[in-house]
Amino acid sequence: MRIITLGFITFTGAAALAGDITITLPAETVVFNPGKGIELAQANCLICHSADYIRNQPPMPRKFWEAEVKKMREKYGAPAPEDVAPALVDYLAATYGAPEAKRP
Amino acid sequence: MPRASTNRRQFLRDASLIGAAMLFRAGVRRGFGEDTITLPFVNGERPIAQYPQKRPLILQTSRPPQLETPFAIFNEGIITPNDAFYVRYHLANIPLTIDPEKFRLEIKGEVRAPLSLSLDSLRNDFENVEIVAVNQCSGNSRGFFIPRVGGGQLGNGSMGNAKWRGVRLKDVLEKAGVKTNAKQVACNGLDTPVLPQTPDFIKALDIDHALDGEVMLAFEMNGEPLPMLNGFPLRLVVPGYFATYWLKHLNELTVIPDTLDNFWMTTAYRIPNTPDASVEPGTTPKSTVPINRYNVRSFITSHSDGAKIAAHQPVRVRGIAFDGGSGIREVLFSGDAGQSWQSSALGEDLGRYSFREWSLAYTPAKPGDAVWKCRAINRLGETQPMEPLWNPGGYMRNVVETVKVNIA
Repeated sequence: MRIITLGFITFTGAAALAGDITITLPAETVVFNPGKGIELAQANCLICHSADYIRNQPPMPRKFWEAEVKKMREKYGAPAPEDVAPALVDYLAATYGAPEAKRP
Repeated sequence: MPRASTNRRQFLRDASLIGAAMLFRAGVRRGFGEDTITLPFVNGERPIAQYPQKRPLILQTSRPPQLETPFAIFNEGIITPNDAFYVRYHLANIPLTIDPEKFRLEIKGEVRAPLSLSLDSLRNDFENVEIVAVNQCSGNSRGFFIPRVGGGQLGNGSMGNAKWRGVRLKDVLEKAGVKTNAKQVACNGLDTPVLPQTPDFIKALDIDHALDGEVMLAFEMNGEPLPMLNGFPLRLVVPGYFATYWLKHLNELTVIPDTLDNFWMTTAYRIPNTPDASVEPGTTPKSTVPINRYNVRSFITSHSDGAKIAAHQPVRVRGIAFDGGSGIREVLFSGDAGQSWQSSALGEDLGRYSFREWSLAYTPAKPGDAVWKCRAINRLGETQPMEPLWNPGGYMRNVVETVKVNIA
């Protein structure tokens, strides 16, 4: 367990190289936008990274979100079961994807 | 994650408001206690946030933390202050507490005498050296790619220039005694993945590169210990190379007899194996290589889009340029969208890996909207393309940059 300090940094001698150097990060406040399947994103994506990793992406077509979920499962070892992937992609494409009409 | 107290949140909000007001001339909006800045691409709005040892910066991601330097800071000098220096991590299990007295750097693998070195030993037992070098994220400026590509949607501020102090990687490796079968050095830091099955962030340098006498183990940045979020207490400095190799919190060097085959070398951080690292937009490269040296870049820092300039009066136009280590030979400026170019004066030379300031006195003649451009040429004669190049990773953007001003 981490020690929660009162201030935002505890410096006990950076220059002297004596004792622990500790920082405390600001609270994570970013969340997913509501939508069908949000609980899948919350349960699977937030294990390893904050929601802004997804929110900040440009509007991309469904095949982009399919590739991302596949990469997370196969390369990064995300525990999302294979049968959950399509519904998770549905949420991502509907919430953060390119509108159908704008697709090239 | 530790939960912050209300006071702390209040403090950060206040500090953020004050800091942001000082930092940004334009593009910052204030809402209910949260400042934002809008980077000039679709979905470019980001919060401004203050992190430990940092002034308010552009918050790209919260966990792991990724912060971008607001571009106006690059006009304040060619050294980027530590508290304004960008932050990039890959994996969320980052060190938040480090005891520098207990910290050790392990050197192992294909060496005759494995070492475990304290910071005191690194400082005292090896010659200390300094170098000024640009550290630029591979994905700097990715948000400007068209067609857009996935990944960190960065503006131009995921770079910085600092004076690094440390010891030569060569000296440390030679003390351990590199065996003749050595092919690469695998470099690992204290940051680890959240899940054990996620590939740990480990990168490799070819042994000849590691022994070139320039790659450094740095414990200081601009005369101070490294900020925690920039790799305290020790990071790799790989002059002229993209920052993916500049491992933070560096605690393990493993000399290996083969080429490191992991996700971060073999799959990620690859560029097309073409002369300018580009392919036809939207296509997949036939073959790829690991990203390596910076290409040439230059920026106008004295003026940003929408600046109002008085006609017929000389104005100081200024900026920065850098490349992968040959050094900048010349920076050209155009006040007419590239139809004609004029030379600029180069500023102080802090070494061939540093930002180089360029400037000129320019007198705009015709009132109206004007398009300014700058173009650097390095000592190898390499320059920047007039039209942007594209690759699927969103790496190595180095198009001739444009600033749109209004002459009145």
